[in-house]
Amino acid sequence: MAPNLVRRTRVALMTIVMFGIVAAFLSPLVQMTLSSLKSEQQVTQAHSPLLPSDPRTFTYQGERYDVYRVPVDGAVRDLALVDKGRTESGFVDPARPEQGLITWQGSWRTLEPSWTLAPRWSNYADVWSLIDFPRLLFNTVVLAVVGTLGTVLSCTLVAYGFARFRFPGRGPLFTLLIATIFLPVTVTLIPTYTVFAQIGWVGTWLPLLVPAFFANAYNVFLLRQYFLTIPREMDEAASIDGAGPLRTLLSVIVPQAWPAITAVVLFTFVYTWNDYLTPLVYLSGQPDLQPLQVGLAAFNGLYTKNPGYIQAGTMMTIAIPVLLFVCFQRTFVRGIMSTGVDK
Amino acid sequence: MSRLARREARQGLLFILPWLIGFAVFTAVPMVATFVFTFLNISLAEQEPLRFVGLANYQRLFGDEQAWASLWVTARFALLWLPVVIALPFLLALAVNSKYVRGSGLLRVLLFMPYVVPFVASALIWENMLVDNGWINSALRFFGVAEPPSWLNDPTWVIPGLVMIGLWGVGSGIIINLAGLRGIPTQLYDAARLDGAGWWRQLRHVTIPMMSPVLFYTMILAVVEVMQYFLIPLVLFDGSGDPGGATRFFNLYLYQTFFTYQEMSYGSTLAWLLFVITLVVTLLLFRLSRRWVHYTSER
Repeated sequence: MAPNLVRRTRVALMTIVMFGIVAAFLSPLVQMTLSSLKSEQQVTQAHSPLLPSDPRTFTYQGERYDVYRVPVDGAVRDLALVDKGRTESGFVDPARPEQGLITWQGSWRTLEPSWTLAPRWSNYADVWSLIDFPRLLFNTVVLAVVGTLGTVLSCTLVAYGFARFRFPGRGPLFTLLIATIFLPVTVTLIPTYTVFAQIGWVGTWLPLLVPAFFANAYNVFLLRQYFLTIPREMDEAASIDGAGPLRTLLSVIVPQAWPAITAVVLFTFVYTWNDYLTPLVYLSGQPDLQPLQVGLAAFNGLYTKNPGYIQAGTMMTIAIPVLLFVCFQRTFVRGIMSTGVDK
Repeated sequence: MSRLARREARQGLLFILPWLIGFAVFTAVPMVATFVFTFLNISLAEQEPLRFVGLANYQRLFGDEQAWASLWVTARFALLWLPVVIALPFLLALAVNSKYVRGSGLLRVLLFMPYVVPFVASALIWENMLVDNGWINSALRFFGVAEPPSWLNDPTWVIPGLVMIGLWGVGSGIIINLAGLRGIPTQLYDAARLDGAGWWRQLRHVTIPMMSPVLFYTMILAVVEVMQYFLIPLVLFDGSGDPGGATRFFNLYLYQTFFTYQEMSYGSTLAWLLFVITLVVTLLLFRLSRRWVHYTSER
């Protein structure tokens, strides 16, 4: 019995510790959600409550008064400050205003204000129009959809070429492809920027969309690994039936490789959605064409003093990637696994 | 080569053609072009006639204190960040994989989730955590730290602050480590246990050697990434290098030289320096890896 008990305690302890770590790890999301519903006034005030709230007020004889937390006879009561004085002040109990003024000895400035729960849903509506959210969303969706389309098309073709055909230089070319993963992004960004500037594409979507149609190392690698696991006999059967290579790819490989292709779609979509540097570089000065991340960063520069707005805007930009992840978490996890293990 | 083999080769090359063209147009030719730029005087800020300036850009680089200072900022960040980003996913994966932990599937998903949060958003979410009335300092005060650090305004604390912001990127590392751990044959542990090895010696003599290729892979990717680090400070401090130049990373300096001041030639020189450093460090790591990375014989 005893060893079993030891084991159970261990399981309970370890599990609790791990979920504690995960809770801490994800706590910024909770703070973001709460902040996104707070007023500017609350965020700037020290000792304000954890939950989105407004200072309580009470209308007494036609005037609005602030409510404070007042210690009276050893208990703290929420009272409206009606008559401010230096050493003593007059308060009214909002629950029983008919009792009239309660005089309290002490400086009212030492009192804490009383708060009442008041989530500011209007932050979201405000940010929606302030950053022109529909436009940013439209730009982001177009860039992500077209970029994903181009990547999936080109990477499928290239991966198929590397997985199924023998040609001189295949090994070295594949190594070269993988080596581009290790090439610092800025090092290639600078020369490509120069090229795009020469042909007048800077300030348009073309530099963001066109390269997607020319494949990239990560996704080619992921797809090729998957294609290699599909038995060759299936291709051969198709080619005996008279199918050319393109037909074989479409009718045999693609249906079999569906899990890998979905992974590429999801990764590319989220990657394009989240990309900041490329649109920043190519679309600076073109606010009408910018995607969400660039718009959000600019918005942050303008409204630093109002964290409620910033966090509401942030929530609006992460909602779709997080939702996609929640729906397809298995595909995401498997995709990462297949790039890592076979390295 | 037979007719059939030639046809196969032709078809194969046709399929990889998109990448071949893309590589030439978007990588190879531009890289050579930037190398040529480093010997010219292209600068949109000063409209001088284009000419060959020899090694002038390199001479400027050697005398450029800002460049070396920013390289030092990157190096300091790397020294703190690399151990965290290599060890933490490994340790978390070990914990998630432990037979004493329940709900490992859920843990895996939750730890991986921040990976899909755009980093502009994650920078802003963490900024909200790290400001003085954010949860981190509130928690520190609760545990009795009277004056918690001013994370984003203090040159000493901003680097650990940035490391914390980066923690949300460890998700993919955890997944890769977990996949590696599950790939270790259980017979190895059985054999170790028969030899009387406890938890620590199993970790030391089975898990770590078997995981060394995975650790090496995450290390190489982390090194390449850390060399280019600058986007989070760019978002948080608008490229100012605040506080007190502590976040003027090398790549930020490079980015500003090229895109803000439009000094194309000098920017290219900085880019090539970054490229060469990354290459040298990566090759060095590959060379050193022979001593500690164990590949099982079948590979």
